[in-house]
Amino acid sequence: MKYVLEFDHVWKKFKKGEKLNSLRDAIPHLFKQDDKNIPLQDLEFWAVKDVSFNIEKGDVVGIMGANGAGKSTVLKLLSRIMIPNRGSMKINGRLSALIEVTAGFHPELTGRENVYLNATILGMRKKEIDNKFDEIVDFSGVKEFIDTPVKRYSSGMYSRLGFSVAAHMDPDILLIDEVLSVGDISFQAKCAQKIRDLLSCGATIVLVSHQLDMIQSLCKRVILLQNGEVTKDGPAELVIPHYQNIVFKKKEDDLRNKMKSMDGRVGVDTRSLVDIVHVDLKKNYGYREKINITLEYATRENEKIDHPIFNLDIVRADCVHCCSSRTDILGIKIDSIQGKGKVEIDLGENMLAPGIYMVKFSIWDKEMIHPYIIHNKEVIRVEIDGLSNHSDIVFLPEVKWKF
Amino acid sequence: MLQMLKELIEYRDLTMMLTLRDLRVRYKQAAMGFLWAIFMPIVAVCAGILIKKAMAVVSQHPLDAQGIISISVKVLPWTFFISSIRFSVQSLVGNGDLVTKIYFPRAVLVLSSILACLFDFSVAVCVLVILLTIFKVGLSIYLFWLPLLIILLFLYTFGLGLLLSAANLFYRDIKYVVEIILMFGIFFTPVFYSAAAFGRWKPLMLLNPLGSILEEIDRVVVLHQMPDTLWIIYAILTSLAAFVIGVIVFHNTEPYFAENI
Repeated sequence: MKYVLEFDHVWKKFKKGEKLNSLRDAIPHLFKQDDKNIPLQDLEFWAVKDVSFNIEKGDVVGIMGANGAGKSTVLKLLSRIMIPNRGSMKINGRLSALIEVTAGFHPELTGRENVYLNATILGMRKKEIDNKFDEIVDFSGVKEFIDTPVKRYSSGMYSRLGFSVAAHMDPDILLIDEVLSVGDISFQAKCAQKIRDLLSCGATIVLVSHQLDMIQSLCKRVILLQNGEVTKDGPAELVIPHYQNIVFKKKEDDLRNKMKSMDGRVGVDTRSLVDIVHVDLKKNYGYREKINITLEYATRENEKIDHPIFNLDIVRADCVHCCSSRTDILGIKIDSIQGKGKVEIDLGENMLAPGIYMVKFSIWDKEMIHPYIIHNKEVIRVEIDGLSNHSDIVFLPEVKWKF
Repeated sequence: MLQMLKELIEYRDLTMMLTLRDLRVRYKQAAMGFLWAIFMPIVAVCAGILIKKAMAVVSQHPLDAQGIISISVKVLPWTFFISSIRFSVQSLVGNGDLVTKIYFPRAVLVLSSILACLFDFSVAVCVLVILLTIFKVGLSIYLFWLPLLIILLFLYTFGLGLLLSAANLFYRDIKYVVEIILMFGIFFTPVFYSAAAFGRWKPLMLLNPLGSILEEIDRVVVLHQMPDTLWIIYAILTSLAAFVIGVIVFHNTEPYFAENI
């Protein structure tokens, strides 16, 4: 089987900062083509490290990774905009890249002129464009304004026209970088349909996207990049959970950092009367796993506090307040606490959807006006076997339908 | 190098399209329209006549019509040259979006900006031909040299354009340096005067390849003479050298454009 794309141990380095090579350094560079095996110099870093993969004809491959993982660099290398410092690559077939579809537009020219211009830049011949012109314009939905300079277009019309041009090429290999997020929902659906059409014609597609559902519905194989390296390469349903893990990990870290900075700000009354000494809480919970928390507290200097209220909140990483429980509302009367004590909290079975949550404990005075302590250092992660990427839902209650 | 030229031919559609774009943009929403193509030559010729008049007063020779015709003939290639260089220096940086986003041979950008100037040049040439007929300059067998000279001019311009556009991509001050050289270049090039006016310093003026090309154009068009063998060989060699060096430098730096722009 012949591969259409071969990526063989490719390395690419970039420079940080603004420093330019001086002319004296640059001139010898002009005449020597390969700077292979030159070690990293100051401020340089590898954006792509030893990446290898082969793609067969007709494959749809997704490239995923957190921001800065090197996805776009890989695409730029594939599309020959940049060349690797080491390693080699081979492309067999007509390749076109939808990296930024409106890059070829000139604002002074009309829609019609821009369609011709952009299509030519993307590699179409004049005749091809003549044949497809009406189709392109219909697809974009800006027919009325096709003879208006594009500088007068709305930004949506602008990118829709750009995408339409790009979508009507018949490449053997198509590279797509986040361009599908233009336009409204119906236009996006049209785009996805167009990609499926291309697929059924036997095109090979490499897709870079953060939209999980998009990747999931289109790609059979996913390559996961992390810090410029391939960490996973395989069927989508195996790699996507890995990707989610990375994203979760990052969210978790973000949340911890946020809480750290919040800690400093809360200090209205730093001399809290109660300390939370220990929280017994797991880091990971599965679906329907029982959540039992043990909380140990100690009042400062053995002081006695009358009628305290204990409160528990669960907040998701994106600040959605998921649930809350207050002892006074539940009708639990606590006369007083003094010295060390222990509270057991039974949250029952976990119904939270996969994600990162913060569990927040607080102890208040009897009027619920003044907190003795707010403890927001506990982060839990909920993981569920089998993929569920609807990241905006909070609860997965057990729903029974009867007809 | 051959590979680059082959790619350029392969992308001729794109070159045409970009040339058209440059022209459309230049003539769209423009007050002068096609007058633009002859505006700069007219201003330059007026300046030339003024200088010629001043020289005539100083040297106490009468102002000869033939001198003015020579100026008009030489001004056109000169304006073609400076506007081409001016546009091509900017062509890569000005199209930065394309350079970082889409693959095609970058030389297309330089070539199309020069071709757009070539279009202006052709418009101006048409006007000039009418004028020359009115002034009864007449034809001669030596006009057959003209296409060669124009090709040399083109190669020289293209080579220099490639070199300078790539240089400007890496070092942005190149365009200011070029701008200054172009502004005063007319004094170092035999446009308003003929190199012969310098007597034994004449070869110095012709060392500038553009100078020797302009002088030979003047000889074949206005003076109806055979080009000077020595200087036409010199012009051929220097233009080819400029072209080859331009292509090689451009080709070798091209892979680094996207990350250094």
